[in-house]
Amino acid sequence: MLTERHSVRLTATSQAFINKLIYQLLTILKYFPMPHINLATDYPGIRSLFVYRPETGDPLCRLAQVLLHDPHPTLSAGERELIASYVSNLNTCKFCTNIHSAIAKHQLGSNLSLVKQILSEPENAPISDKLKALLKIAARVQAGGKQVTPEDVANARDQGATDIEIHDTVLIAAAFCMYNCYVDGLATWQPDNEALYDKMGEQRVREGYNPKSINIKLTETELQNS
Amino acid sequence: MAHIKLLNEELPGIVGLLNYRPETAQPLLDLAETLLRGPSSLTSGEREIIAASVSYWNKCHFCHTSHAAAAAAHLKSGLGLIDEIKAGLPNTPVSDKLKALLHIAHQVQGNGKNVTDDDVAAAREKGASDIEIHDTVLIAAAFCMYNRYVDGLGTWAPGPNEAYAEMGERMAHVGYGKF
Repeated sequence: MLTERHSVRLTATSQAFINKLIYQLLTILKYFPMPHINLATDYPGIRSLFVYRPETGDPLCRLAQVLLHDPHPTLSAGERELIASYVSNLNTCKFCTNIHSAIAKHQLGSNLSLVKQILSEPENAPISDKLKALLKIAARVQAGGKQVTPEDVANARDQGATDIEIHDTVLIAAAFCMYNCYVDGLATWQPDNEALYDKMGEQRVREGYNPKSINIKLTETELQNS
Repeated sequence: MAHIKLLNEELPGIVGLLNYRPETAQPLLDLAETLLRGPSSLTSGEREIIAASVSYWNKCHFCHTSHAAAAAAHLKSGLGLIDEIKAGLPNTPVSDKLKALLHIAHQVQGNGKNVTDDDVAAAREKGASDIEIHDTVLIAAAFCMYNRYVDGLGTWAPGPNEAYAEMGERMAHVGYGKF
C-alpha cells in the first residue's frame, strides 16, 4: 500500500516524465524538417556547422571578423553589418538576415524597425547617399559578379566611396552569398524567436566573431523559447 | 581594368585582390587550402572539379580555368579537362558518387534552398558520407563567393587554357597561401 509520501514522490516523478516527453515532442517538431546531415541540435544556423567542422569554421569566423568587426578605415561596423543583412535578405536566408540585422541594430544603437526599413527599401531609408550606392553594388554582386557596372562604381565614388570601401562592399556581399548558401544548403535549424537573435546579436557586438564565443550551446530555456 | 586601383595591375583574377587586401586574403586562402587540399576522403582532384564546375556555372572564367587546371594537375589528365568540365565531363571517368555530389553543388549554386532531401539521399546511396556532403555544399558556397569577388571587382584574366597550366600545377602541388 502506498503511503502519502510515496504517492507525492510518484506524482512528481511522473510529472517530470510528462514534461520531458512534451519537451522532446516539441523538439522533434521544431527540428522538422531535419538538417541534411547529422548536426548537433542545440546550436542554431551556422553555429551547428562551425561545431560540426571546426577546420573550416576557423577561417570562416576569421573572415567575418575582418570584414565586419575589426576596425575599418572608414566604414562603421554597423554599416558593414547592414550590407551583410541586406544581402542575406536578398538571398532569403532567415538565420543570417535575423542575426546580422540584430547585430546591425546593436552596432548602430538603433532599432530593428529602422534596420528592416533599410533592408526593404534602402532608397527611402534615412541613410547616407554613399551607403545607398554601396548597397546597390551589393545587390548587383548578389545577382552575379558581372552585374556590377562601371556606372555603379562611378556613382558610389560620386557619393564619396573610396576604393577600399568598394572592395569591402563587394567582398562582404560575395561572402554572404557563401554563408547564406552554406546555412540553407545543409538545411540548418533556423529559429523564429526575435528575442533570441537580439541576445545573440548583442553578444556578437561585445565579443566579435571568435569561434569560442560563437560556438556555445543554447540553454534549455532558450531552446524551449525558440 | 579592375573597378578599383590595385597595387599590382599585372596580377590576374583573385591574385591581384589578395595582394590588395592582405587582411582578408589570409582567411580566404586558408579556407581554400582546407577545402581543396586538407585531409578528406574526397581526392583533391575531385574537390577541384567541384570548384571548377561551380565557377563555370557562375561564368567566372578565371576561377573555372585555373581550378580546372589544378584538377588536371592532380589527376594528370591534361588541360583538356578544362573544356570537359564545360561540357559536363562526357569523356572523363567520374564515379557515381562524384556525379551525385556535383548535382548537389549545382543546386547550391542556384540557391542553398534548392538542395532537396532527395538530392542528399541520392548522394548517400552512391556512398557519400555526411562530411563529404558537408564539404561539397561548402565548396560550392565558397566558390559562389570567390567567383563574385573576382568578377564583382572587374579583374582581368588570361584568355587561353594553356595560360593556366603553370598556375594549376602550383595550386595543386604548392598550395594556397603561397602567392
